[in-house]
Amino acid sequence: MSSLSYTVTDTATMLRRTLRHAIRYPAMTTASLVIPVMLLLLFVGLLGRTLGAGLNAAHTSGSYIDYVAPGIILLGVASGCMSTSVAVCVDMTEGIIDRFRTMAISRSSLLTGHVLSSMIQTTISTVLVIGVAVALGWRPHGGPAEWLAVFGLLELLAFALTWLAVGIGLVSSTPESASNTPMLIQFLPFIGSTFVPTGSMPAGVRWFAEYQPFTPMIETIRGLLTGTRIGDDALISVVWCLGILVAGYWWSSAAFKRDRVQA
Amino acid sequence: MTHSDTSPPPSPPPTRAGGLSAVGLRKSFGDKLVLDGIDLNVAAGTVFALLGPNGAGKTTAVRILSTLIRADGGELRVAGHDVAREPDAVRAAIGVTGQFSAVDNLLTGEENLVLMADLHRLGRDEGRRRAAELLRRFDLSDAARKLVSTYSGGMRRRLDLAMTLIGRPRVIFLDEPTAGLDPRSRRGLWAIIREQVADGVTIFLTTQYLEEADQLADRIAVLDHGRIVAEGTAAELKRLVPGGHVSLRFADARSLDLAAEELGGAVQARDDEALTLQVAGDGGVRSLRAMLDRLDSAAVDVEELSVHTPDLDDVFLALTGDGRELSHDGHGHSDDENDDDKARI
Repeated sequence: MSSLSYTVTDTATMLRRTLRHAIRYPAMTTASLVIPVMLLLLFVGLLGRTLGAGLNAAHTSGSYIDYVAPGIILLGVASGCMSTSVAVCVDMTEGIIDRFRTMAISRSSLLTGHVLSSMIQTTISTVLVIGVAVALGWRPHGGPAEWLAVFGLLELLAFALTWLAVGIGLVSSTPESASNTPMLIQFLPFIGSTFVPTGSMPAGVRWFAEYQPFTPMIETIRGLLTGTRIGDDALISVVWCLGILVAGYWWSSAAFKRDRVQA
Repeated sequence: MTHSDTSPPPSPPPTRAGGLSAVGLRKSFGDKLVLDGIDLNVAAGTVFALLGPNGAGKTTAVRILSTLIRADGGELRVAGHDVAREPDAVRAAIGVTGQFSAVDNLLTGEENLVLMADLHRLGRDEGRRRAAELLRRFDLSDAARKLVSTYSGGMRRRLDLAMTLIGRPRVIFLDEPTAGLDPRSRRGLWAIIREQVADGVTIFLTTQYLEEADQLADRIAVLDHGRIVAEGTAAELKRLVPGGHVSLRFADARSLDLAAEELGGAVQARDDEALTLQVAGDGGVRSLRAMLDRLDSAAVDVEELSVHTPDLDDVFLALTGDGRELSHDGHGHSDDENDDDKARI
């Protein structure tokens, strides 16, 4: 067998292992499914009428769920991916990693297995969250091309954030810190255009909200599915994703190698 | 070919030289020198024990030889391959069971073994067959479908070793394999290790249990502060320390005084509180009889007599200076007499 087919076989083995973990210990499912569903219920069922009324006066027409669903879907993707850092950190702090490292297997397969597993879980949760949003009254009106673009962007974001999460998991000394650090990123969509337009925020927060990575992504998805203006946001989103991907991948690879040289 | 459920599976003979060697192995962490130029030579198909107190550098040596960390210097070969230049060839030939169990707690015992089989690319059917076989042989069949997080310490060690063996390694590293195990589990593991040796596998073992080295190892090296301070067979090492002694206990101080006077220069140590004398001697029947005759003629009654032959404990204490770090009980310098239970009369 060539080394490429070794890599593929080993990655498939590691993916099976990580998916099995996910079924046994569904922490990530909680993050990527339960949190967005709770937020949908909270913001649509409880706060939706008031927020929607305020919003309609200023910006859009239609019900509040049409405004809030894209942001919450993206928030689910972000928090789901970031929980990969806990799984990676647990692997690194347990003895099994030393066993893998003394075996003649593809070096990258362990991390790639985590990333693929995260992508699969996030995709499934995202479909379910969209289903819940539709059940709650969301009426997106994008065609197949728009939906394809939405999933393309979400998968790219998931890929990029998961590599970032892998890096965090590798440098965290305990699973607790691996679970706390990503909260900064999971919280970012809140200080963006998820729930209210950035124009309604105070100056300082507004500046931050407009220039942070999640706002252009939310605006892109919103534009694709509800017909608002997209403009440069699509391009900015893709650039952000690629930037996070390159940084996260480079960081993870460096941290994985460094870990091997030390103790 | 058929074989019954209980017979161990036949292992293929090692195809290449399976031993290992190190010349001038050095390693420091920061400014702390951990291995100060050690030389090791382990012939294929033998058991080599690296013996030393905590912090002597045993685990570091295993981690370097098993490709986990790089040496700062030295020429290292394992199973015919250079450790620094061909780590993957070394990895393909070795199996490692470390001090801390390297099992996946979120999988069942069977899934752990199948995972290893898949990573060794044994193929689906062969992998499952080997896994079932090892589960049976390691007495884990009943727990095969339970999560490893529910296993006892002994079961985890057995599974750990089974995971190491599934790829049929030619060289096995065992870093304190029986630390924390009860005596029965320890003996079980020893039996498994001996089976492997019988199949031609080379074993590199670290331990701080002297009995373990004595029981298993063909050759033993004593590591202290990053240096090999002695190497040889258990018998050779025992010869390094002065011969044994006889310990005598008396009923009262007067008898102790009389006996000390009578035996004179042969007395090595005297303990007035415990009323004991330590007398040089190998415990041979003739010399014992001569000594007792002398005491008899001086009308001294001996309450109790015990013979102490040198064992690896003495070697260890003599070579490493301070045996207090040893994990087993009661082996300090001061209470040697209490341990002389080898041949109590």
